[in-house]
Amino acid sequence: MSDDELIWRIAGGSGDGIDSTSQNFAKALMRSGLDVFTHRHYPSRIRGGHTYVEIRAADREVQSRGDGYNFLLSLGDSFARNPQEEAYYGNEEIKPLSENLDELREGGIIVYDEGLIDEEDVEAINLEERAEENDWHVFPMDLRGLAKEHGREVMRNTAGVGVTAALLDMELEHIEDLMSDAMGGEILEANLEILHEAYDTVNEEYDFEHDLRAPEGSHDTEQALLSGSNAIAYAAIDAGCRFIAGYPMTPWTDVFTILSQNFPDMGGVSEQVEDEIAAAALAVGASHAGVKAMSGSSGGGFALMSEPLGLAEMTETPVVLVESMRAGPSTGMPTKPEQADLEHVLYTSQGDSQRVVFAPGNIEEAYEQTRLAFDIAWDYQIPAIVIYDQKLSGENENVDVEFFDREPSPDLGSTLTEDELAEAAHDNSGKFKRFNYDDAENGVAPRSIPGQKGGRYLATGNEHSPVGHISEDPDNRVAQMERRIEKLESIRAELDEERDSTQTYFGPEDADYGIVTWGSSQGAVAEAIERLNENGHSVKGISVSDMMPFAEREVTEFLESVDEAMVVEMNATAQFRGLIQKELGRFGDKMTSLLKFNGNPFEPAEIVEGYEVNLADEDRQPTAQVRIEPAAGD
Amino acid sequence: MSAFNAIGEEREIDRDEYTPGVEPQPTWCPGCGDFGVLKSLKQALPEVGKTPEEVLTVTGIGCSGKLNSYLDTYGFHTIHGRSLPVARAAKLANPELEVIAAGGDGDGYGIGGNHFIHTARENHDITYIVFNNEIFGLTKGQTSPTSPKGHKSKTQPSGSAKTPLRPLSTSLNAGASYVARTAAVNPNQAKEIIKEAIEHDGFAHIDFLTQCPTWNKDARQYVPYIDVQESDDYDFDVHDRAEAAEMMRETEDVLNEGTVLTGRYYVEDDRPSYSQEKHAVGEMPDQPLAERYFDDDAEWERSYDLLERHT
Ligand SMILES: Cc1ncc(C[n+]2csc(CCOP(=O)(O)OP(=O)(O)O)c2C)c(N)n1
Ligand code: SF4
Repeated sequence: MSDDELIWRIAGGSGDGIDSTSQNFAKALMRSGLDVFTHRHYPSRIRGGHTYVEIRAADREVQSRGDGYNFLLSLGDSFARNPQEEAYYGNEEIKPLSENLDELREGGIIVYDEGLIDEEDVEAINLEERAEENDWHVFPMDLRGLAKEHGREVMRNTAGVGVTAALLDMELEHIEDLMSDAMGGEILEANLEILHEAYDTVNEEYDFEHDLRAPEGSHDTEQALLSGSNAIAYAAIDAGCRFIAGYPMTPWTDVFTILSQNFPDMGGVSEQVEDEIAAAALAVGASHAGVKAMSGSSGGGFALMSEPLGLAEMTETPVVLVESMRAGPSTGMPTKPEQADLEHVLYTSQGDSQRVVFAPGNIEEAYEQTRLAFDIAWDYQIPAIVIYDQKLSGENENVDVEFFDREPSPDLGSTLTEDELAEAAHDNSGKFKRFNYDDAENGVAPRSIPGQKGGRYLATGNEHSPVGHISEDPDNRVAQMERRIEKLESIRAELDEERDSTQTYFGPEDADYGIVTWGSSQGAVAEAIERLNENGHSVKGISVSDMMPFAEREVTEFLESVDEAMVVEMNATAQFRGLIQKELGRFGDKMTSLLKFNGNPFEPAEIVEGYEVNLADEDRQPTAQVRIEPAAGD
Repeated sequence: MSAFNAIGEEREIDRDEYTPGVEPQPTWCPGCGDFGVLKSLKQALPEVGKTPEEVLTVTGIGCSGKLNSYLDTYGFHTIHGRSLPVARAAKLANPELEVIAAGGDGDGYGIGGNHFIHTARENHDITYIVFNNEIFGLTKGQTSPTSPKGHKSKTQPSGSAKTPLRPLSTSLNAGASYVARTAAVNPNQAKEIIKEAIEHDGFAHIDFLTQCPTWNKDARQYVPYIDVQESDDYDFDVHDRAEAAEMMRETEDVLNEGTVLTGRYYVEDDRPSYSQEKHAVGEMPDQPLAERYFDDDAEWERSYDLLERHT
């Protein structure tokens, strides 16, 4: 556990401005030249209740939350103290301090707001004793009082940042810049005053002997701080998507909100509708009428989309749906991540369902694969789903700005123009053979858009003839079914032959052991592999994105090349391992699983430990928070 | 050149253009009221000057949902109860399309009831024809939301304990700006009402009484109807919400007692349609969304231009 990194945790009550404060502080660290990665932990409650954001910053790539952390800024839960709310929430203002101590590293720093957290409560949790044991450096400060004196009580966050900067020996410059960008007038002045007052107070009045300092670094190129939700929404914009319909559900709401806020300026249309069945059906309707459209939800809402999803498959209407997983079943844990909707997304809807499913593992992949989803959906006239989770939705990471410097791709794929329609095949009555199987290429029969001359046809969710008449003719059925299935095979071939791999690899190629993962667990796995190799193990990893059509060749090659593999995923039933076995029909005895489903994402150390217990055959059990599922036959 | 040349094309349109070639022949039972809707639509569309290719008919599932299999426009035969969300979005994507949604009483008032209420509320500029035969036809005669109380079917063998839904009052209360009822046995009135509904700028709901001789043998649709606009006994102002509501109440009370009243019940001319409202708040572009993709000069913003707020 290196201390060449800062892992700063700001804790308070939900609604206390923890999010915006941390966002700004993360940006200030990024601007000072560091790589940053944020992790957000919050309860399913609007105001009050313990919440925190962690920012990990270092002068090297950081791809995951760290193991524990080393700086706590505990603001207290102001809503617990609100006299009007008291009966409701009880007296919980101590939680942002008490709940965070277990993960604080040895030698770490604690700043808590003694203006909000009472002395007797602090005594009750034996802070002094624990601090001594762990060599923590504790700084009680009246942040609330300081904020009140120079401005308003809510500005205590700013005071906290000022104290942090002083204790870490940071320049205030970037923080000041960000504040002036975000506000103006008296508010800005008051905040600046508070920032400096806090900074100076520490410098003038405190002696401190801790070693932790903000790391120093520099970037060669300009960086942007983005969440997975940002990346997905921006990819949709660049793919030419201009229609979104949705119904709010955490955490998918983020993507929905970002696009709703940007579309008016871009001539796009956003619709909040009555439910998720309607939302996906609207996306299908808009796409049918000639617009690149998307919808999305989280588990429960996606369940309702099963119907329109099937309709899109049968009518070959391109559409992109995104699914941001949270812990289930049912309403589950609304604000906690899990990777347990994989089977739901792959197999929901009746019949021999055909769709494309990508599972990006980090911010760049979220962008890349969302664009790919749009491209493929419109080229092949098939629904494409991007599955990710609450973790990737909400975490922020710095990305090279140039990464986003791409041309938009607003074309409608295999859609004909009126000139082309004039040349296309029609039946005797002049109907366009939109579902023609005779000369379909790669299973794709080009389509027309309502209102185009010469393109008239019927789209139907029933099995249908080439012009769209409902048909139960056996020969037609087989021809249409085979054509639809052929699309998936063609997509797999295109992904294998023409596109860069969307799978991501880690570690030395000739390693003996493998870790297989998917989605947002990727970052922690990547760090764990690095550490395992440093510890003398021989491990490599693959993070798989192509769930349907499955990355058959790449996963086979990977598994063949190792003696044994551990599959890491955030669910209780090893869904991804099951998929590998189903798709490849073997390797059941070669794979064990490391599972975590307690509502918190993996930390790299848990994977290191899990690996050692699992594969390196050491005689101990992992922590209670993760579980090992043995290989078939074990 | 526009990408949608069929839209707004002005020419003499022959009714037969709306009839598909040799196949498919309607699979409706002899005497089914659905033939009446098909016929009235085929008459109304040329008269309002709509070419088959500028019309999109969106249907649900049921005998009624097969309407666009036999009507040769652009068509989308969707899934049970979901015609309205599909239709709404198609209209938002390309407001120049003439969008007509249709389905049965089970489809529209039952499984799609939520969409019905919200589409009416938002006043989307689409025409919605509900084939009300007071029964589930395609699934062989189960009780529907408009079946009369006491109606016996295989799934409600002792007679339905439910009060039937009042479709007219429901859409009026939800916010539809045009509400009418017509009947397959009254083709001239039906044609006129369909024409008005298509020309109406807002959500036009037509409760279309269609007999189902196969499963609903004692259907009241056979009883001679009274056209409320033609009869002196039913004098009211169709533009007056309160009077319309009162008339609807009366109609919906007597429907199941042997008298069938039809006609226009409510017409609100000055209410902006949903896309106009959306345009007014700045959330609907001037140019139809769908056209932009075919417009070589269209400017496509990039997310790159939004990155400033993240640096
Ligand atoms: C989700 C779903 N549930 C049930 C059905 C079966 N189903 C098909 S048509 C229908 C009822 C149709 O009744 P109605 O809308 O009144 O139309 P009609 O056949 O009388 O014209 C039902 C229940 C279905 N296709 N999909
Ligand atoms: S079952 Fe009834 S509604 Fe269906 S086609 Fe026959 S008569 Fe018409």
